[in-house]
Amino acid sequence: MKDTTGLDMKTINNLPGRHRVGKIWRGGFFLSTILGVFFLVILLFKIVNDSFGYIVTEYGLSPNALAVNGVPVWDLPKQDLILFLQENVSPGRFKTLMKAQPLEQRSQKEINAIIIQEIVKPKVAQTWSLTESLFQKQEIEAIARENYPDGELSFKAWVNWDFITSPQSSDPLYAGIRTAILGSLLLLVVAITFSLPIGLGAAIYLEEFATDNWLNRLIKTNINNLAGVPSIIYGILGLAIFVRLWEPITSGAFLGGVNVATLNGRTILSGGLTLGLLILPVIIINSQEALRSVPYTIREASYGVGATKWQTIWNHVLPNSIPGIMTGAILAFSRAFGETAPLVVIGASTYIVYDPGSVFSKFTALPIQIYQWTSRPQDEFRNLAAASIIVLLVLLLGMNALAIFLRNRYRRSY
Amino acid sequence: MAVQMLVLNNMERVQPEMTLQLTVPERTVSLSAEDVKVDVQNVNVYYGNFKALAEINLPIRKNKITAIIGPSGCGKSTLLRSFNRMSDLTPGCRVEGIITLDGENIYEKGVDAVDIRRRVGMVFQRPNPFPKSIYENIAFGPKLLGVRKKSDLDAIVENSLRGAALWDEVKDKLNQSGYSISGGQQQRLCIARALAVEPEVVLMDEPASALDPISTLKIEELMHELTKDYTIIIVTHNMQQAARVSDFTAMMMIDENRSGRMIEYDRTNTIFMNPKDKRTEQYVTGRFG
Repeated sequence: MKDTTGLDMKTINNLPGRHRVGKIWRGGFFLSTILGVFFLVILLFKIVNDSFGYIVTEYGLSPNALAVNGVPVWDLPKQDLILFLQENVSPGRFKTLMKAQPLEQRSQKEINAIIIQEIVKPKVAQTWSLTESLFQKQEIEAIARENYPDGELSFKAWVNWDFITSPQSSDPLYAGIRTAILGSLLLLVVAITFSLPIGLGAAIYLEEFATDNWLNRLIKTNINNLAGVPSIIYGILGLAIFVRLWEPITSGAFLGGVNVATLNGRTILSGGLTLGLLILPVIIINSQEALRSVPYTIREASYGVGATKWQTIWNHVLPNSIPGIMTGAILAFSRAFGETAPLVVIGASTYIVYDPGSVFSKFTALPIQIYQWTSRPQDEFRNLAAASIIVLLVLLLGMNALAIFLRNRYRRSY
Repeated sequence: MAVQMLVLNNMERVQPEMTLQLTVPERTVSLSAEDVKVDVQNVNVYYGNFKALAEINLPIRKNKITAIIGPSGCGKSTLLRSFNRMSDLTPGCRVEGIITLDGENIYEKGVDAVDIRRRVGMVFQRPNPFPKSIYENIAFGPKLLGVRKKSDLDAIVENSLRGAALWDEVKDKLNQSGYSISGGQQQRLCIARALAVEPEVVLMDEPASALDPISTLKIEELMHELTKDYTIIIVTHNMQQAARVSDFTAMMMIDENRSGRMIEYDRTNTIFMNPKDKRTEQYVTGRFG
C-alpha cells in the first residue's frame, strides 16, 4: 500500500508511551485495592481490639470472705449453699429465683454462679482494649493497684461461650446474646419461608412464561427499582401493613391468644415478613439471572424429544439453575440477617430477657442488640457490642462461604 | 469423486451473468401420494413482519434422505424448524400454509406441537447432551411419555444406542456424564436420544458441522442405516456431504426481498450433475455461497 498521508508509522508509534499509560492505570487499580484492604483491616482490628482485654472487677463482698462457720462457701454441699443463699438475699428475690427454676434442681455450679451474682455482686470498674493490654501491662497493673485496691485484674475475652448462650442482662458481666441470636434466626426462617417460594415462583413466571409485552416489561423494570429502595422504607411499609393493619394475624390474636390486651403486632412474624419483603426483589432478580443462564440448547434438546414446557422447566431448567438460585438467595438472606433499620422502625424490642417462644413473640435481633449497646455510655457495653459484631460477622461469613461452596460445587460445564 | 470431476466440468459452462427472476419450481419429481411422508404446501414463514420464507413447496419422500442446501441466511434452518413446530418457540415466528405429516396438517388447530415434536425428532448443529449421564440422556424422552419400568428403559437405552451405532463404545460407561465422551460420540448420543421416542422423521440441522472428518463420516454412515426406519431431512452447508448422503436435494436462495425461496428440488444426482436452474449450478460448483 502506498503511503498517501505522509505519516511515518514507525516514528509516530509511541510504544513506550502506550506502555506507560497502561502502567499508570495499573498503579491506580492497585492503589484502590490496597485502600479497600486497608479499611477492612482497620475495621476488623477495631472490633477485635474491643473484644479482648484486661478488666478490673470490684466486688460488693469479697468472694474469699464468704464463709459459714469458718468453711468457705465454695466448699459447702448444695443443701447448705441454698440455705446460705436464702439467708443472704431478700425473701422476694429468693422467691423469684425459686420460681424461675427450683434451686434444688440446679447444679452446684449454677448455684455458685447465682451466689456470685446475688451476694458477691461483681462490677466492672474499668476495661482496657487488647492493644493496651498487650503493650501497657505495667501501667494497667499500676492503675488497678492504685485506684481499685480491692478489685481484681483479669484478662477477659468478651466473646466467649457464656456470652453466646446467656440471655440479655443489664449487667455487662452477665449480658449475652442468646435472645438476639434466636430472634435473628427466627426472623430469618420467617423471611426465607415467605420470600423464597414467592420470589422463585415470580422469577419462573417472568422468565419462562410471561410474554414480552409492555405490562411485563413494566413489572420487570419495577422489580429492579424495588431492589434499590432503602431498607427503612420497607420498615415503614412493614409497620403500616404487618404491624398495624394485620395486627390480628401478626400478634397471634386470631389463634384465640391468651390476654389479648397485651398482644401487639411487633412480633417476629411482622419482622420476618418485612425482611422477606425487603429481599424479595433481590431473590427474584437473582433467580431470573440463574434461569436465564441455562443455555437455550438444553431447552431445545428437551423440546426436541417431545417435552412439554413444564417438563422442560422442571427437568432441565430448574435443576441447572438451582446452584445459581441458591447462591443468590443465600446472599440475600445474609443481607436480611444484618438489616437493622426496618426492624427499628417496626419496633423490635431492645431489651428482652426471655427467648422468643414462637413467631408471635416480641423479639430482638443481633444488629438491634449491637445498635443498642453502642448507644450506651459505659465502656463495658462497647466491648459487648464489639463481641456481638464478631459473632454477627462469623455468622454472615459462614453464610457467604456456603454460597461460594454451592456455586463451586455445582458449577456446570455445558 | 465423480461429483468433483463433474464440478470442474460444470465450472466451464457457467454463464457469468445471473438472472434474479425467481419462480416457484414445478414439482419435478413425480411422487405417488403414499410415498410422501412430509408435504410442504405453499408455506410462508414470518419473523414479525419480515417474510423469511416465501411460497415453499416440498414433498419429502418416506425413508429417504432429503438434503436442503443453499447459501447462508436463505432460511434452511427456518424451514427445518417448521417441520416439527420448533418454530413456535421463537417469539414472533409465524408459519402460513400447510405442512402435512402422513397427510395430516401439523399446523391445523387442535394439533399438539408437543406430540409433533415426538414424532419428528431433531438433531442440532452442536452436540447438546443434557448435563446428565449417558443413560439419563436417552431415558429422558421415554420417561416423559410415561415409561417407568427399569427393564423397559434399559431395553430402550440399548436399542437407541445400537441404532445410533454408539452402544459398543459406551456400554460400559452409561453412568458417566454425557459430556465425558468425544464430540462425535456426543452427536451420536443426541441421535440416539432422538430415536428413543420412536420418531417417524428425524431432522438434522448441520449435524456434522462441528465435527472432525472421521466423526462426520460415521454420522453419514449412520444416516444411511437410519433410512431403513426413518425419513431424514438434513440441512447442510457442505456440498460434498449433500451429494454423498442424500437421495433428494432441495436448493434454496433468497430473492430480492430477502425472503428464502425454493429454486430447485430434484434427485440429488440431477441437482449435482444436471441442474435446471443456473443458480443451482453456480452454487453446487462453488461459484458463490
